[in-house]
Amino acid sequence: MTKRITFALAGNPNSGKSTFFNALTGARQHVANYPGVTVEKKEGYLAFQGKNLHIVDLPGTYSLTAYSQEELVARNFLVNERPQVVVDVLNAGALERNLYLAVQFMELGVPLVLALNMMDEVRKQGRRIDTKRLSSLLGVPVVETVARTGEGKEALLEAALDHAGRLEGRWNPLRISYGPDLDPVLQEMEALITRENFLTDLFPARWTALKYLEDDEEIRGMGLKAHSLSKKLEEMAARISDHCQSTLKTSPDSIIADYRYGYISSLLRQDVIQRDETRLRRMDMSDQADKIITHRLLGPMIMIGVLYGLYKLTFTLGETPMGWVESFFGWLGETAGAALPDGLVRSLVVSGIIDGVGGILSFVPLIAIIFILLSILEDSGYIARMAYMLDRVFRTFGLHGCSVMPFIVSGGIAGGCAVPGIMGARALRSPKEKLATLLTAPFMPCGAKIPVFLMLAAAFFPDKGASVMFWITLGAWAMALLVAKALRLTMIRGQSTPFVMELPPYRLPTLNGVLIHAWERTWMYIRKAGTVILALAILIWAAMTFPSLPEEQTALFQSDRAAVLTRLAATAQTSAEIDALAEIDAREAEAALRYSLAGRLGTALEPLSALAGFDWRTNIALIGGFAAKEVIVSTMGTAYSLGEVDPEETATLSEWLREDPTWSPLAALSMIIFVLLYAPCFVTIVVMARESSWGWALFAMGFNTLLAFGLATAVFQVGRLLS
Amino acid sequence: MQTSIGLRRLRINQQARIVAVHANGELGRRIREMGLVPGTLIRVIGRAPLRDPVALRLLDFTLTLRNNEADNILVEPIEESSENKP
Repeated sequence: MTKRITFALAGNPNSGKSTFFNALTGARQHVANYPGVTVEKKEGYLAFQGKNLHIVDLPGTYSLTAYSQEELVARNFLVNERPQVVVDVLNAGALERNLYLAVQFMELGVPLVLALNMMDEVRKQGRRIDTKRLSSLLGVPVVETVARTGEGKEALLEAALDHAGRLEGRWNPLRISYGPDLDPVLQEMEALITRENFLTDLFPARWTALKYLEDDEEIRGMGLKAHSLSKKLEEMAARISDHCQSTLKTSPDSIIADYRYGYISSLLRQDVIQRDETRLRRMDMSDQADKIITHRLLGPMIMIGVLYGLYKLTFTLGETPMGWVESFFGWLGETAGAALPDGLVRSLVVSGIIDGVGGILSFVPLIAIIFILLSILEDSGYIARMAYMLDRVFRTFGLHGCSVMPFIVSGGIAGGCAVPGIMGARALRSPKEKLATLLTAPFMPCGAKIPVFLMLAAAFFPDKGASVMFWITLGAWAMALLVAKALRLTMIRGQSTPFVMELPPYRLPTLNGVLIHAWERTWMYIRKAGTVILALAILIWAAMTFPSLPEEQTALFQSDRAAVLTRLAATAQTSAEIDALAEIDAREAEAALRYSLAGRLGTALEPLSALAGFDWRTNIALIGGFAAKEVIVSTMGTAYSLGEVDPEETATLSEWLREDPTWSPLAALSMIIFVLLYAPCFVTIVVMARESSWGWALFAMGFNTLLAFGLATAVFQVGRLLS
Repeated sequence: MQTSIGLRRLRINQQARIVAVHANGELGRRIREMGLVPGTLIRVIGRAPLRDPVALRLLDFTLTLRNNEADNILVEPIEESSENKP
């Protein structure tokens, strides 16, 4: 009854595998990473006919080589975990290519069931697939499904359970002929492998032999550790490779691919597919749409429109719920403030924890909406078109067409967030271009930097807010692309990844798929706010609080306050006295800040930072910005004795700066440049480290800060000479 | 016609059969696993706004690749009177 059966769900990207996984497991799923790599592992549970099914969604792949992490992860899962059955989800509309992966599963010998998915599209196109015939030719169960509607779900589960029950974990590898050049050597290697029991506990002998011919690094590495036979197999593979090169001008792995496709097309030629060529096909409709959507002139215009609409919609829809979250934390802060006695604990809870974490969580509605809209664009097939249209531009800078999404989510159109942006860089399968993308995406003007820019613009470039933002965004793109190019020419050198990519036909996204996708990404962001940001909020609070002002100084402020209070008691005039009290509070806050660790650091850095036009108060704010850019405006408020400054209402701070003699439009420009480019916030650093390594994450922190300071200083000094 | 040309030189909507794929390593593998093997019929269905990459139709799906990647693929154009109109 309670015996758990493990199903692995495999298939090509765009085969509807994820839709299928969602249809099977619904909300009962769990996402994590495979150990040591940034490939997502999705698992879910399902009760069916009294049996407990554990479903693992393997990453979508086209093949089972060792070239990409996804393929290695899928392969290793099958070999190490030995699931009772593997369900390969195929896009029945492109059966030939989808069978290429299926055939490799069969050569490995796993208990396989094929789900011919998207059968509704196939039928609409007037095509018929003889499923029974395909099943008997391949020797595996084949079930027709439509994942979007759930059609065929039960039949598939039944077939899979039945198949698993009959095989009881036995593997039956398929043997394909690889022609007169490879078959003899394959046979010879296979005999040797079987005789020596070389890795036979993991792989079928012929499969290992094939992998040696394909020059599979992973298998060669495993072999080298396991047995001395490995050397001999490598020699045999090298010899046959030389032979193929000299006589046929080709390599064994290309012969293998040719024969695999040959095997598939010979199968399909046996009356498996019947076509009705008169019917209009979805592909043709997609082609017609692409004539407009990727048109030379219309394409880029539509793309700009879509991107603009995306952000307009996000901010229009996001404003209200963002307000709710902000007022909730405001209320929480007031309530906690009232409940706790005046002192350090109250200051920690209200100024440290609630303000810190609340500031981050107030972005959640915005981020959730961005993710919902992006998921819609992704599932509809438009993102693939954007990569296609922009690849030529990005390649010039050593990036890839698929870099466009991480840049945009990070704030490529002002107002994103680098955390999901960097997580989105996973779509880039090449480690080099992914690294260059995630190192440069944080230059984008994310939602947390914007209040700083708006405040400075209001102070020094009044009525030019919009054009200031436009130039900042343009500057961010230029810097990101130039730095990416510089990195790809120096530290991350290497060939560009092929742009061999599928353009899936346009499809209407499913509500379920979009919501699940968006929720997963949003939850990742929330989890980080709850852990990293909480710790940092406390740390920053401590740095800005300790050491506290010595007794005699607080006493001084106390006596000032007492003087005002006695005057207040004596006269009826109140407003002037209340203002005077507030002014004393603010002066005390400023003095306390200057006395604290952060204040001392800011003061110590002043000789250096003066080169770029920053005084000690700005320094404190910028140091806080290392943790989160949201902190900058509120810290400046405290440092300039203004008490609390709401980042949304920066008018008073702007006025104050305009009056301050140490500030000038030039200093403001210098600060804009610095804030735009310097170290990514701490959450971003943590995510970067997770997606690449701590080395690269710390590099970004140091390099970006130096670059930002260098540029800000250059602008400030040159500007001073000119004026 | 027995002349084979580089895939880059195909016109939009022109059909062709793949004759050879001269690419090794990762690029070769990616090209082949998508079904670009000798004998496959392809048709160029479009180019990106900057004329690169190119979109191909083969085996009932659409594939994109860059011009310099397409140079590794030799094809033999198939003349079709009905397909010649843009």
